[in-house]
Amino acid sequence: MRYLSARWLTVYAVTYMIFLYAPVILLPLFAFNTSTIVAFPLTGFTTEWFVGLWHTETLHVALWNSAKVAVSTALLSTLLGAFAARASARFAFPGKTGIVGLIMLPLVLPEIIIAVALLIMLNQLGLPLSLWTVVAGHVLICTPFSIAILSSAYRGLDRELEEASLDLGESRWGTFRRITLPLVLPGIISSLLITFTISLDEFIIAFFLTGTDVTLPVYIWSQLRFPAKLPSVMALGTILLALSILLLIVAEALRRRSAARQGIDTTLAGV
Amino acid sequence: MAVTFDQEAQQGLKLISPTLVYVLLLLAAPLLMVITFSFWTQDYLTIDTTPTFANYREAWGTPIYPVLMWRSLKISLIVTAVTVALAFPVAYFLSFHVTRRKALWLFLITVPFWTSYLLRVFLWKVILGYNGVLNSALLSIGIIDEPLTFILYNLNAVVITLAHAWAPFAILPIFVALERIDRSLLEAANDLGDGPFRRFFRITLPLAMPGIVAATLIVLIPTVGDFITPRLVGGTDGLMIANMIQIQMGKANNAPLGAALAVSSMLVIGVISAAIFLGGKKLGGRVR
Repeated sequence: MRYLSARWLTVYAVTYMIFLYAPVILLPLFAFNTSTIVAFPLTGFTTEWFVGLWHTETLHVALWNSAKVAVSTALLSTLLGAFAARASARFAFPGKTGIVGLIMLPLVLPEIIIAVALLIMLNQLGLPLSLWTVVAGHVLICTPFSIAILSSAYRGLDRELEEASLDLGESRWGTFRRITLPLVLPGIISSLLITFTISLDEFIIAFFLTGTDVTLPVYIWSQLRFPAKLPSVMALGTILLALSILLLIVAEALRRRSAARQGIDTTLAGV
Repeated sequence: MAVTFDQEAQQGLKLISPTLVYVLLLLAAPLLMVITFSFWTQDYLTIDTTPTFANYREAWGTPIYPVLMWRSLKISLIVTAVTVALAFPVAYFLSFHVTRRKALWLFLITVPFWTSYLLRVFLWKVILGYNGVLNSALLSIGIIDEPLTFILYNLNAVVITLAHAWAPFAILPIFVALERIDRSLLEAANDLGDGPFRRFFRITLPLAMPGIVAATLIVLIPTVGDFITPRLVGGTDGLMIANMIQIQMGKANNAPLGAALAVSSMLVIGVISAAIFLGGKKLGGRVR
């Protein structure tokens, strides 16, 4: 009985993984396929869609816009996340639950609500939509992720190390630079990478809050309407996929190194 | 002692204040503005700021909006139930049957989530379409004679696509809850003569309930606000309330009505989430 159920569970888990990976595997298949129609059977191998991307001016503009938005979002949300994570991990203060709850709220708020709310406020204030308004929205949804990552980094930080450093005559800044920062640095880098990736892929907020400058997902959305453009969209998606996986592996490795350094169980840290 | 606490409180508040100010200005203030806005009306190009319930009367009284709201809720609840039900055995497998390389499994589960959301939804359209991957595969093996049509541009497609999109968010909270279960409780149940089924329903399931509730809420809430999936794979049956909010904010140029719809859907989701949370608390959390 026990043996049977274990075997069925394994079969189920593997089937589930196939379901999870089905679209991911198709993406590169069609990116290298010669036919402009995205369907089976595959017709032949080509790299012309990738070459085509190289010559699409509007794509390069969108890519550059997205890069600017994602880098600004990553820096800002990690900075704000670091403040909040440090405060909630190290100090007790009145109203803590409410304040942290408010900051984490975007995690459980549908993105369309955040987008609509920001759009209405910007319109009322008469502020023009631009890439900065997209950054403003992205920082809201990325900060909770940054806090989640950094909280575990700060919680694992041994308070006595900092106190020892202060007792030994090191200044506050010196303690931060020589003790705190090196210990949480992997967490910070991992937060930067994750928030960068979220911002790079975010569509709904960007769709509502972008002005004439489009970001990459908004560009992809506009291309999905033209069947002839699909293979190049697939090629673009393949490049993005490879990039995201690379960033994720780096982020994951760093997170584990930071957890290992502080002696936390790696499977549970940050989940 | 009191002095140190005050100092600590001050330091903590000072440290969190930049983040708090940002969230107050760019989240709390806009949300309050949406609520205010929903009581105003659109007068062609200008906004009439006389407070009125007109938008709410329209949002709850005109047949189309309650129909869309009800449908969004129904679709989101079905999607959530399917997603959580499919995810539970995977989380169970990871927690109880995987002994080595747990972290690798968890990592592999999150990887597909990091591909472009738009492209993932679009690829499901490719998989489920009339000439799609699934149909052409089934035709070539000879299981079916003509392409299946019930899998795209309807509710099924929306459910499959969203169950895929939210998979890691459902698996991880359940996995964490299962990992926390004290294994000696299960052994005790065994020793006391409980069979695997009784043991599961008396110990594992109730103790996993907080994770299941978390997974349910994490999937349910954003799903109600999704308008990409219904638009790309849902056909006309799959249209949801978020599509209508988007139309009112954009093409229809009636932001106050859009705001009233947004506030109404938040209220409805809030009530349902609270019910799920309380229900889960009552049902689980301790051994039966």
